[in-house]
Amino acid sequence: MLGYLLKRLIQMILVLWVVSVIVFLMMSFTGDPVFMVVPIDATDSEIAQARRLLGLDQSLPVQYWKFLSSIVQGDFGRSYVFRQPAMTLILERLPATVEMVLVAMGLAVLVAIPLGVYAGANPNGRLSRTIMAGSLLGISLPGFWVGMVLIYLFAVHWGIFPSSGRGDTGEIFGLRISLLTLDGWHHIALPAITLSLGTMAILLRMTRAGMMEVSRQDFMKFARAKGVPRKDVLYGHGLKNALIPVVTIFGLQLGDLIAFATITETIFSWPGMGKLLIDSIYRADRPVIVVYLMLVALIFVVINFIVDLVYTLIDPRISLK
Amino acid sequence: MAVTSVLRSEFFHNYRHSASAIIGSGLMALFAFAVIAGPFLVAQNPYDIAALDLMDSYKPPVWLEGGDPRYWLGTDGQGRDVWASILYGARISVFIGVVAMLASCALGTLLGLVAGFYGGIVDSVIMRIADIQLSFPSILIALFLMSAVGTGVDKVLIALTAVGWVVYARTVRGSTLSEIEKEYVQAARVAGLPNRKIIRKHVLPNVLTPLIVIATIQVGTFVLIEASLSFLGVGVPITQPSLGLLIKNGFDVLFSGLWWTSVFPGVAIMMLVFGINLFGDFLRDELNPRLK
Repeated sequence: MLGYLLKRLIQMILVLWVVSVIVFLMMSFTGDPVFMVVPIDATDSEIAQARRLLGLDQSLPVQYWKFLSSIVQGDFGRSYVFRQPAMTLILERLPATVEMVLVAMGLAVLVAIPLGVYAGANPNGRLSRTIMAGSLLGISLPGFWVGMVLIYLFAVHWGIFPSSGRGDTGEIFGLRISLLTLDGWHHIALPAITLSLGTMAILLRMTRAGMMEVSRQDFMKFARAKGVPRKDVLYGHGLKNALIPVVTIFGLQLGDLIAFATITETIFSWPGMGKLLIDSIYRADRPVIVVYLMLVALIFVVINFIVDLVYTLIDPRISLK
Repeated sequence: MAVTSVLRSEFFHNYRHSASAIIGSGLMALFAFAVIAGPFLVAQNPYDIAALDLMDSYKPPVWLEGGDPRYWLGTDGQGRDVWASILYGARISVFIGVVAMLASCALGTLLGLVAGFYGGIVDSVIMRIADIQLSFPSILIALFLMSAVGTGVDKVLIALTAVGWVVYARTVRGSTLSEIEKEYVQAARVAGLPNRKIIRKHVLPNVLTPLIVIATIQVGTFVLIEASLSFLGVGVPITQPSLGLLIKNGFDVLFSGLWWTSVFPGVAIMMLVFGINLFGDFLRDELNPRLK
């Protein structure tokens, strides 16, 4: 167990290192950030000086070494635009993104699991077919377009939901959370629904496939034969075993939600770190992009690790190697 | 031959009895037709400035008050026919989806064959890259690549290929590993055929079938990713607007209540991707021997 954890830890660090190299190289080949910092009428010597201040006059390996050593020390540089530490900027916006992702995930699970169990238990019913067609439609819809349609209908046309922003937030442990106020829930509803649709469809399909697979097993028939009520068999015996592939997808979907949150946040002007990323891409604000990518890479690596651990909890047949 | 003809007929039989297969392939055929014949179906070339009339800007769809029978889905701010824009935009979306799929398939198959056949360090390197890449969402990798290289159809193709090859490489590597254990490959080895020839003539044809389903569904995925990138402004340039860019342009005027310039291109994407997914689902059930 300890050996496994150590091996995984080394793997995780290795992945993060590879990501840092790729991020650094890609950033070095994109435009010249010096023009983001100097005024338009700067002279050549002023540009050269700014370049020296940013460390852009040195060779790539030297720049990478400085980049890596400052990252390890937790120094990600300052945003060219906001003149603040890039990490602070991202961390300030992290709670907004996390709460939207969590609400979307919760919504997806609440809808997808019961419908998936139903569709898996009654594979040929009319309702099951409708559910499946609906889920396929959910996968086929461009998420940003759904968001727009929701904005048009609920905000522009009927005016019952706000079209953008985060609304009032409550404070807990120094974090500003929308979920503590009614106005916050009012604001988060449309973006969270938009974000959840794709994940909802995928979780539903996985749950259904898992249930269909499990239904064929002998222990399900046995449980029914000994007189366990159908509902208990489905949720108690069936769902538990059908959940294993769903948990993997759950982890991957959490990552996908964080990625798609960039688009949803842009549409709804939700002040999260995804919107900050898109804005920073427009402004070529390199330090912020780098922090975002490294932080998201860290989150993904940790999620994958947790998923592997959860595996062994659900299914004792799988052992850690 | 007898076997293939039976398989064919069974496939066709199932096809005729599957509503989703017929609807899916119908939608795909519709888009294939629109992509090929699009420019001949509309009177206005939306990218010919001379054909546009600013007097016709922001006409609503024909069934609403103020609609103009010449523009049944309405017009945008430049007096551009929304229907014509969709037909031209679908060409770009479908072109990107299909070409990026072909490129991903070619690259992924090549790398998967090499990894599976030769094993060793080449295999480790290719598969570790694949592992790392798979732990990140495609959309994020594509977004990051596009932010680094700038907009352009060619750049979108490169970004999509860079995220798309992994699934093929993994699948092909797996199939290759099981194929090279089989007697016909051993026989070819004993007969002294060079590796290249064994891979090309013997292994390759036997690892392709599972790729059909992946490739079909990937076109849909790519259309969606491209649309998202273009919506964020890091996809195709304004001069070559795909369906996603049309939606973005429409989004800017959505708050004025001018919904038709963005809603209809979205419906087009939905129909296209839904058709692809329906047909892809049917293919998966048909080609997966375990389900039979």
